[in-house]
Amino acid sequence: MKRRNFVKKTTLGSLAGILGMEIVFGSNIPENYTLLGLQNPDPFQLFNKHKEMVVLNSKPWNMEAVAHLLDDRVTPNKYMFIRNNGLVPENIDAKEWSITFDGESVKEKKTFTLEELKSKFTHHTYQLTVECGGNGRSEFDPPAKGNQWTIGAVGCASWTGVRLKDVLKEVGIKDDAVYIGYHAADLHLSRDPSKEPISRGVPISKAMQDETLLAFKMNGEDIPLVHGYPLRLVCGGWPASTSGKWINRISIRNIVHDGEKMTGTSYKVPCNPVAPGESVKDEDMCIIESMPVKSLITYPKSGAMISMGEKLNIRGHAWAGELEISKVSYSIDFGATWSECLLEKPANRLAWQHFKASIGFPKSGYYEVWARATDANGVSQPMLLPGWNPKGYLNNACHRIAVKVS
Amino acid sequence: MNKQDNFRKQVKSFYGVLVISFALVLIIGVLGITYMMDPSVFSSNGDTPNSEVINITDEGDDWDMIENGIHLRTGFKDGEGLMTVVNNCTNCHSAQLVIQNRMNEERWIETIRWMQKTQNLWDLGENEKVIVNYLVTNYPPKSKGRREALTNIEWYPLEE
Repeated sequence: MKRRNFVKKTTLGSLAGILGMEIVFGSNIPENYTLLGLQNPDPFQLFNKHKEMVVLNSKPWNMEAVAHLLDDRVTPNKYMFIRNNGLVPENIDAKEWSITFDGESVKEKKTFTLEELKSKFTHHTYQLTVECGGNGRSEFDPPAKGNQWTIGAVGCASWTGVRLKDVLKEVGIKDDAVYIGYHAADLHLSRDPSKEPISRGVPISKAMQDETLLAFKMNGEDIPLVHGYPLRLVCGGWPASTSGKWINRISIRNIVHDGEKMTGTSYKVPCNPVAPGESVKDEDMCIIESMPVKSLITYPKSGAMISMGEKLNIRGHAWAGELEISKVSYSIDFGATWSECLLEKPANRLAWQHFKASIGFPKSGYYEVWARATDANGVSQPMLLPGWNPKGYLNNACHRIAVKVS
Repeated sequence: MNKQDNFRKQVKSFYGVLVISFALVLIIGVLGITYMMDPSVFSSNGDTPNSEVINITDEGDDWDMIENGIHLRTGFKDGEGLMTVVNNCTNCHSAQLVIQNRMNEERWIETIRWMQKTQNLWDLGENEKVIVNYLVTNYPPKSKGRREALTNIEWYPLEE
């Protein structure tokens, strides 16, 4: 045996050892080629994300934006946060993809291929704000368990799909239907095929809204793999976990859906307020529905230095779950006085709204510009952390940026 | 006679074409099989040492390297119980999920029980004490109050 062949064989052997499986056609591997399984996964390249995005977790993948990256009116893919509970499904064939409707409250079990879905029902496009229920968790004290999101687990992309209500009408649901629950193709972290990483849903009333979509496009293109290709549920204004990715089944339930992460303490807050650190029984926790009023200053980036006499132009977005924003104010004196920003109407219901202001400063020094949004019911963002909850959800405290005037 | 000669000629030329075809198929086949067995036979620098071998060996040696008190492969701080934590807590999720979280002993044990009940985590036995001790020692909760001051501000001149 030639030395080189021997070396090659042993190399393949050790490669196989690392991968934990036989490398089929291993002898065909060209020289200087690194196997995909061995490549250091670069999530920025893998998911087409901007290099300033922040990776919170590589298994499962969780990535968030920083405030100034979210400046676009419609969030492009490169700045869209990633929140995964399990492993991204492999080998998706969109041509073979189908979605089945079943459950106690379906008149008859029915399956549509993705192609049928696209050809049978009218397409609709909406800008929909999708925010992780745990966005802002990192600020809670005592700390709450889970990914320590700061402010960037939110985005408002343009979603295209068919209305879930149109499909549900075609399927036929019984009068006793109270909830829908999605099921998807992602894999549990333990790789146990009998476990679902996440299977959440929404009440029938939310499922029947015009803007609740079975989406196949994000910003006019096929949904990127990590965001749910080829089919995703989008429930704007609700915790992003209700917008299931890679979905292949929807169950129409006659009870509140009891899938993975619908029970226990997941995506729930205490029904009645509790003291920081207090333990709360599972039965005293209530499911989060509409997300609270919130805003972000997306321009300028925190840390701006300007000259005395110069005006500072700020802009950003505000959103309030199911509600519209009625007012956005800013303060440069830690809330002692507030001035109103110019606020735009939403592109459609459940889309975030854009605001801007031009700020003058009375003297040189260090400032913080704080933004505070108010929803249609007159409820505003708190400047301090809102009520503590065991899982650290719904932090909608005011966002602020640092500014120096000299 | 002429007809017969002609026929013989035709057969002969056909036979020639046939032989050449077979030879070609045989050569291509042999070359193909050789390439499948070892593609480097056809590369001009076939005798240069195989760099893959070196890379893999290096990776093996560095697998659990610690630099500046950090276990490079996972990002965990070096400390008593490190490898027990690496071996039990990074099979399903990344070390980043652990490092991000700050909990006291009671809440870490609560989290372990939850993982055992719902996430297929095994019985940790004697290792549980080692793991919890490592976590509360190296990643204790920090008090943040009701709102933290802005820190790590990168100052820059704003050009309008």
